[in-house]
Amino acid sequence: MSASSLPQASSYAPAVDHLFDAMLLLCGAVAIGVFAVMFAFCIRYRRGHAADREGGNTRLGVELAWTLVPFALFLGIFGWSIGLWAKLRTPPADSVPVYIVAKQWMWRVQHPDGTREIDTLHVPLGQPVRLVMISQDVVHSFYVPAFRVKQDVLPGRYTELWFTATRAGRFPLFCSEYCGVGHPSMRGSVVAMAPADYARWLHAQSSPGLAARGAELFRRFGCSGCHDPGSGVHAPDLRGLYGAPVPLSDGSVVRADDRYLHDSIVLPRSQVAAGYAPIMPSYQGRIGEEDILALIAYVKSLEVEGGQGHAHP
Amino acid sequence: MRIPESTGSYARDNYLSQGRPGLRGWLLTHDHKRVAILYALAITGFFALGAVAAALVRLTLVQPDSQWISPETYDKSFTFHGIVMVWFFLIPSIPNTLGNFLLPLMIGARDVAFPRLNLFSWYLFMLGGLFTIATLLLGGVDTGWTFYTPFSTMFSNTHVIMAAAGVFVSGFASIVSGMNFIVTVHTMRAPGMRWFRLPLFVWAIYATSVVMMLATPVLAMTLLLIALERLAGVGIFDPALGGDPVLFQHFFWFYSHPAVYIMVLPAMGVTSELICCGVRRRVFGYRFMAWSMLGIAFIGFLVWGHHMFVAGQSMYASIAFSLLSFAVAVPSAIKVFNWLATMYKGVIDFHAPMLYALGFVGLFTLGGLTGLFLAAVALDVSLTDTYFVVAHFHYIMVGGAVMAYLGGIHFWWPKITGRLYSEPLARFAAILMFVGFNVTFFPQYVLGYLGMPRRYHDYPPPFQALNVVSSAGAAILAVAYLLPLWYLGRSLWRGASAGPNPWHATGLEWTTPSPPPHDNFPEPPVVERGPYDYRDP
Repeated sequence: MSASSLPQASSYAPAVDHLFDAMLLLCGAVAIGVFAVMFAFCIRYRRGHAADREGGNTRLGVELAWTLVPFALFLGIFGWSIGLWAKLRTPPADSVPVYIVAKQWMWRVQHPDGTREIDTLHVPLGQPVRLVMISQDVVHSFYVPAFRVKQDVLPGRYTELWFTATRAGRFPLFCSEYCGVGHPSMRGSVVAMAPADYARWLHAQSSPGLAARGAELFRRFGCSGCHDPGSGVHAPDLRGLYGAPVPLSDGSVVRADDRYLHDSIVLPRSQVAAGYAPIMPSYQGRIGEEDILALIAYVKSLEVEGGQGHAHP
Repeated sequence: MRIPESTGSYARDNYLSQGRPGLRGWLLTHDHKRVAILYALAITGFFALGAVAAALVRLTLVQPDSQWISPETYDKSFTFHGIVMVWFFLIPSIPNTLGNFLLPLMIGARDVAFPRLNLFSWYLFMLGGLFTIATLLLGGVDTGWTFYTPFSTMFSNTHVIMAAAGVFVSGFASIVSGMNFIVTVHTMRAPGMRWFRLPLFVWAIYATSVVMMLATPVLAMTLLLIALERLAGVGIFDPALGGDPVLFQHFFWFYSHPAVYIMVLPAMGVTSELICCGVRRRVFGYRFMAWSMLGIAFIGFLVWGHHMFVAGQSMYASIAFSLLSFAVAVPSAIKVFNWLATMYKGVIDFHAPMLYALGFVGLFTLGGLTGLFLAAVALDVSLTDTYFVVAHFHYIMVGGAVMAYLGGIHFWWPKITGRLYSEPLARFAAILMFVGFNVTFFPQYVLGYLGMPRRYHDYPPPFQALNVVSSAGAAILAVAYLLPLWYLGRSLWRGASAGPNPWHATGLEWTTPSPPPHDNFPEPPVVERGPYDYRDP
């Protein structure tokens, strides 16, 4: 039933639909049972109709049975659903990242090679795609019904969602968290293409690459003035920083992930690296989320030179 | 025996004729029964306002790209509908009308513990309502009833503060009422009215009052923080100011999920009374029924995170909230099975209150079962924020709470007014309401499954057919809601006198004349039996 009405276009969709169909059967049976018993009693015990009405008092066994049986069934459903949920929250190691910036009222997409799209996301079939998403203003939600996936897109914080498209075609993308008057127009589509078609499409876009754009922004926003290794300002060296542990001035240690880098750009005083003065100005409101993603891609691309480690960048 | 039947004459000396006469007698009353009437009139007005907003929404959705009201007006309509129906109808509906009227009568008291505070709560409620109506007159608010940040604090250009102030003030009416009811049940029970002799309706109001007192302050605090961020730019929820938008959702749902139980627990209490009288039997599993309501009230505080499975909370938090959400469904299941078991070997009358009660059980079952889909995280990921959720909570709140409220109004109408209404019309309205409700909301489950998001005035054309069916159902529902206004109103002048106990029901409230005298009982009652002592052949 469910397969015919809504396409199953991701590797996750059939698994969700199995659970949905099982729930439909179980809950449908319970609902029909409740209504059937209600009708049967209404007919049998209506006023004026002769029926055996002796006995029938409260019995503890019956009470316990219909307390414990539903509870056991619920635990079963819970276990089944949690298995799927854990899968949805654990992107495979070979997934490729795609960056999404949501704003009132559009979806801006950046592929790792620098290709940019608006309100459309092209993905190759069979390839796990991991969306790294952030909002530039209010809360939005990225929802593709045909994939059975949804994730809120928050301002100030990256959220992730992954899927593997399994059917070629164009599938509706909705914003499903109310975000203002343009909310219903914040629609787009996900286009799933055979890998060869996808490669051809990507090639036709010809763009400089996300990290390369980040390198250009790194100079334009003046980051290089302090963070270049040759700079005279006492600022953390960013080479090899990505993924490394960073000791902070308050004694704690964080991992330099996307979130840390993002916050260090817009809220530089919230997490100051140990041994540095909090002198970096905030870029809040001066830099768009798309540019921040490019800058992070650039920082990621910075290798450690000459084997010199960065224990405290 | 015919039920209902006139069991005596209209009591001349009653709470309507006694006491200070005129408008002052009403506006300065300390009588819990008069306060109940004041509340009932107010929430009927608010229900009408909320219904008009709902009608605008349903009319817009008849066409996929309807232009007959602007998108801004559409957003303000569903926001106003939500705010008014949740805080100015559903939350006070049963507790402040039937609860206010019946609680002292059911436990054999002369009034509630704090009669002046009771009247004060009504004034607070009206002040909140005034703010809400002022919001509407000034041009409305467009945040949705959930006030999600940072949209509500930094982006909306509408009257957010005014709307929040309305909800804030009315929240204190809830807190005050809840406290009043708790103290009343603890200290005002008649001699012999032991805890396990309390009618289940009293247990329900008691459990609800606990939730009102503990949850509502969190809402007040949250709304205050919204005002602080919006007016003073203090960064609490907006990341641009160093805040966290998900924090708002935690605060908001910490109140708003228990709020669902503020709406549903009283409905369960009413239904228990109606079914016991309708089948003339003692309730099956009285203690299980009482404890399950307290259980729901308690576990209800621990499930708020199931509104946030896709909001960016941690994976493990979602797992815990999912498990707890299944746990809260267990006591609800117990109640449905016990209501059915109460019908077993009964003598069933199909008078209007019983039809409403049966409607409640059916719709609550469907709403509860679809809640299980949403408690399962993997399904919720795809279904949340779609019309599936809209259908689910309307089954609980409208199919459940409103059906029970109207069932209760019908059942206790002869007690409150001393008059009998037209039973055939009332039965017709109850059945029409059940049909209209299902035609309106069942298609929304399918729409949600197919992926139609909430709060879209403009939607892809393939969703149109089901939306048209839903809007047609809303028209049926509108007629069904208008009918009681007419025949109940008419009964005030034309209705036969009810006498003390037209349903031949048990319970202390049926031992006193209808309408009850100002002091409730001619003689202070002494209780010697448990509730539901039905001995009808």
